[in-house]
Amino acid sequence: MRYRAEQCVHSRFLLLSEMSKTTFRIWRGDREGGEFRGYETEITEGMVVLDAVHQIQAESAGDLACRWNCKAGKCGSCSAEVNGMPKLMCMTRLSDLPLDEPVTVQPMKAFPIIKDLITDVSWNYRVKKKIKKFKPRPPDAEDDTWRMAQEDIDRVQEFRKCIECFLCQDVCHVLRDHDLHDEFIGPRAMVYTAALEMHPLDTEDRTEELRKAYGIGYCNITKCCTKVCPEEITITDNAIIPLKERVVDDFYDPVARFLKRLGRGKAKAETEAPAAKPD
Amino acid sequence: MAEDQTFEFDVLVIGAGGAGLRAAIEAASGGLSVGLVCKSMLGKAHTVMAEGGVAAALANVDDRDNWRVHFSDTMRGGQYINNWRMAELHAKEAPDRVRELEAWGAVFDRTKDGKILQRNFGGHKYPRLAHVGDRTGLEMIRTLQDHGIHQGIDVHMEVTVITLLKDGDRVCGAVAYDRERGRFRIFHAKAVVLATGGIGRAFKITSNSWEYTGDGHALAYHAGAELIDMEFIQFHPTGMVWPPSVRGILVTEGVRGEGGILVNSEGKRFMFEDIPDNYKSSTADNPDEGWRYVLGDKEARRPPELLTRDHVARCIVREIKEGRGSPHGGVFLDIAWIKEKISKSEEHIKRKLPSMYHQFKQLADIDITTEAMEVGPTTHYVMGGVRVEADSQMSTTVPGLFACGECGAGINGANRLGGNSLSDLLVLGKRAGEHAAKFAGEHGAGGIDQSQVEDAKRWALAPFERFEGPGADPEGAYQIQHSLQETMQDLVGIVRRGDEMERALGEIKKLRERAGKIGVPGNREFNPGWHTALDLDNLLTVSEAVARSALERKESRGAQFREDYPEKDPDKWGKVNNVVRKAADGSMQLKSIPIPEMPEELSKIIKEMG
Repeated sequence: MRYRAEQCVHSRFLLLSEMSKTTFRIWRGDREGGEFRGYETEITEGMVVLDAVHQIQAESAGDLACRWNCKAGKCGSCSAEVNGMPKLMCMTRLSDLPLDEPVTVQPMKAFPIIKDLITDVSWNYRVKKKIKKFKPRPPDAEDDTWRMAQEDIDRVQEFRKCIECFLCQDVCHVLRDHDLHDEFIGPRAMVYTAALEMHPLDTEDRTEELRKAYGIGYCNITKCCTKVCPEEITITDNAIIPLKERVVDDFYDPVARFLKRLGRGKAKAETEAPAAKPD
Repeated sequence: MAEDQTFEFDVLVIGAGGAGLRAAIEAASGGLSVGLVCKSMLGKAHTVMAEGGVAAALANVDDRDNWRVHFSDTMRGGQYINNWRMAELHAKEAPDRVRELEAWGAVFDRTKDGKILQRNFGGHKYPRLAHVGDRTGLEMIRTLQDHGIHQGIDVHMEVTVITLLKDGDRVCGAVAYDRERGRFRIFHAKAVVLATGGIGRAFKITSNSWEYTGDGHALAYHAGAELIDMEFIQFHPTGMVWPPSVRGILVTEGVRGEGGILVNSEGKRFMFEDIPDNYKSSTADNPDEGWRYVLGDKEARRPPELLTRDHVARCIVREIKEGRGSPHGGVFLDIAWIKEKISKSEEHIKRKLPSMYHQFKQLADIDITTEAMEVGPTTHYVMGGVRVEADSQMSTTVPGLFACGECGAGINGANRLGGNSLSDLLVLGKRAGEHAAKFAGEHGAGGIDQSQVEDAKRWALAPFERFEGPGADPEGAYQIQHSLQETMQDLVGIVRRGDEMERALGEIKKLRERAGKIGVPGNREFNPGWHTALDLDNLLTVSEAVARSALERKESRGAQFREDYPEKDPDKWGKVNNVVRKAADGSMQLKSIPIPEMPEELSKIIKEMG
């Protein structure tokens, strides 16, 4: 019988349902400074960290600031550090945490604090605006659109899953520890650049910027960004490393660069797109 | 406290989901100055939650599709009280709007010959939904966002508008506050576009986030605009029901589009038992035919799981009420069963429904490739909203005020088809932006009446004074919001009765009195208690509009089901829409207005399509 009454009752929920109050240590403060404060709240089946934060907000800390929207891992608003790990609070189940000790919740470290769990992530938006925008080749199908094969867009679709939670930016040591926000655009913006560069219709060239303004050389492939990505985008292997290869091809291998330019120029000439930039 | 900040724009767009972004892009395209205000950060609005796809008669998968079929499907879904002109424009223009997104960088799933792939969805005769797995909304909002940031639009993130400013009849700006510091921002604008989304937070079980408090609806209402069709709230048939903390989170209709079936605790596929007469000729009467439809057999009729959302939601409620529900008060939605039909079904499901797989695995410990999900209805969408002219999306009563997306109304009638919201926000969002720009070009700036600004600011700051003032006995905003949600869920929900809705109106009145005593601790800096207190006023307004409109409509049609009037009344209620408007004395007034007669060319289409 497929639709058993008990099919959804899982052992770890039963375990959790026997527990009651749990302690949370939540960072409270603003630009001037702050501290961890303790809160106790009742835990029920299936709760995630964001539920606990909301419950605390409603019970005892009405002005506790946190961002959230979809509550289903789709909007990337509720990023924070839970027990020291960059996480989406809405997708972090309490049953996956050790509840015999306090659960620590604090704001992302790589960005300036605004209040409590809220950080100023506006830098990410400014960085994105600097990246050269999508520039498609002219439509070449008879209905004035394009044809693209699914296998040619699989990789780009992987990058476009990004929900802009900025956890990868938070964990990236270039930003987090070395504070090089002016010189390195970070994993999220690399994934965005990769999605544009590998888009079958795009004709723009961003390798010069990747090397200089975007600072791709700073990434030394520790893959921390890949590990924290809630969308499981293979950031380092699929986005950053291929971009590094493009940069190497273009700037350090003159033969490859020549052939590539030739190929690009030809494709562009055929579609009457603007000619490639002179070297 | 710092001085107010003042901004001047030709066009101010309030709300930055799909509709607001599309409107802003359009308004900015002619070189006008455009401000875009959003309550959250850019790219986080509810459009990201849209999963299944965007409806457009591209005819890439089935060449029998065209705008006439889409128009007819939309009107049938809305039970013929839609604004037919909007439905016509929408069906005609949606394909171009989708192709335009591709030119802006969107990457939709492909057909074998490299075109945009389209999938089946409830109420759509042919596979019509262009999609990206089950994250179509994310693809759309990101495309609009990434295109929009290069159009010179001035984006104000995490800013909430509290009132519209008027100069005589026309709108001339808005007062807002920023969440970060609680400072006021005064916007002067020649035209204002409302694109604030829905009202889902008026209900306890909802797929909507904290933002959806009917802000645009209430702002428009207080500015003198009419709200139409407010009785029609879409309860999406499939929300998660368990564990409790995720109750209401959306489970895409795409699951059923890909072959998912609804089953009760007896293992019975109950949707076969209740197929409405007007859908009998187009609905499969056996599982085999339904499956052939999913595979793309053009001779097969669609499975009953793909009937319209209002009907599927009621069938689920019936199963639960009659004791055939799942353990946590829902029914089973099963996509895993397709392993009987296709090889590598696990891979197929993960590829077609990746976020559903993810969502159930992480939040409910369910592997949807091997187990059934538990689902039940969740408040999802409001068909009702600001009454606007079809072609321009301008308010029927307030010059210079435009509305589009969920907060506009008319196109969906009594029930919206899945996938039509994403196409609606593109088509009507573009039109709103275009006509707002035109209005701004033809009219100078209105004069700001400083007393309106001061009134709004005083009102907004009152909750802090009530918390600390002499003899303070403050009420908590969260508690009142919670009570309102319980009231609306229990008394104005999926199954409605006159006496219960009378009671709801009484409750809303009491809650409004209590809301006048709300006190908020803390200061103005990113204080969610304060934000909740201000949003609550909008929720109370829209809740009253919903209850009044639903009470007035003494029939069952589309999303409105009246236990005391279970039948449709085509002679009376099939010919009118309900409209509410704020009277001079501040009370809410309701009238029923006749639906204009459809031109012959459109009524002919409906007759032909059946």
